[in-house]
Amino acid sequence: MELTATWYLVLGALLFSIGAVGLLIRRNPLVMFMCVELMLNAVNLTFVGIAWGLNDIGGQVAVFFVMVVAAAEVVIGLAIVVAIMRRRQGATADDLSVLRG
Amino acid sequence: MSLQVLVFLISALIVLSGALGVVLAKHPVHSALFLIQTLFGVAVLFLVVEAHFLAAIQVIVYAGAIVILFLFVIMLLGVDRSEDLSIEPIVGQRMIAYVSGAAILGLLLAVIYSVDDLTGGTSLTGAIDRTDADGERVPDVNQLAEVIFTDHVFTFEVTGLLLTVAVVGAVVMARRIGGDLQPIPESALDQGVLADILADGDESAEDGASIEGEDA
Repeated sequence: MELTATWYLVLGALLFSIGAVGLLIRRNPLVMFMCVELMLNAVNLTFVGIAWGLNDIGGQVAVFFVMVVAAAEVVIGLAIVVAIMRRRQGATADDLSVLRG
Repeated sequence: MSLQVLVFLISALIVLSGALGVVLAKHPVHSALFLIQTLFGVAVLFLVVEAHFLAAIQVIVYAGAIVILFLFVIMLLGVDRSEDLSIEPIVGQRMIAYVSGAAILGLLLAVIYSVDDLTGGTSLTGAIDRTDADGERVPDVNQLAEVIFTDHVFTFEVTGLLLTVAVVGAVVMARRIGGDLQPIPESALDQGVLADILADGDESAEDGASIEGEDA
């Protein structure tokens, strides 16, 4: 049995689905962020698997930039969560329906 | 079964169980710890396909920085309440979530299996020869460095700017000004630059005070 890029794609698909379901069913904003991280990692796995399968370093470059953007996204997201939690203790994603434009 | 396949299967088990743990754990701290498990599994999977640099970055940036940031915020906010997963605020939301998750998985698998085996195919950018003049394999760090600092150098600069903007944004959003603004101590006013700035005009100082007053 040989390892092929397809294995990575299937594992990436599974991981992405788990992350997507988690994002939809959880209400704690912090856990929702973690589920977004899961989905980003699933995409990274896919990129690296294809880069290996096609013998092309371009996929790894994409993963490098995804990691940078993920780091920036987490920083901003957590800052927003901190700002919201200061005003409303124990806020969940549902409580944000009180926001009015 | 080759060693590669064995390592892949074990890592895949670690990754998927960790992912399920993130989604199903009631306590956010447990979710964060399961996330570390998943990220380490992904790092091992990167090693299997010779992405050594990305595996190191995965451990340092994700497990070392991002998850620690998560844990830090959890501790800072005192979010120590467990979430009751059986409460369903929107009727049918959970069922719809499971159905859409299964639909996403089905679509992805359909696409993956409708394409023939990728190995030996051609990529958009064209496969790069990974061997040097002596027939030795070029390390992935060298290859990555060459591509990032030639073809993608502008993207690289822009991501640097993005990180700077993110840090500044986080500081602006997360800072808190408690109570009334305190006057600047007289001793500080006597010293050089600060005194010059204040002497330029009181109006700019008043603008700053009113903006900060709204924040508080």
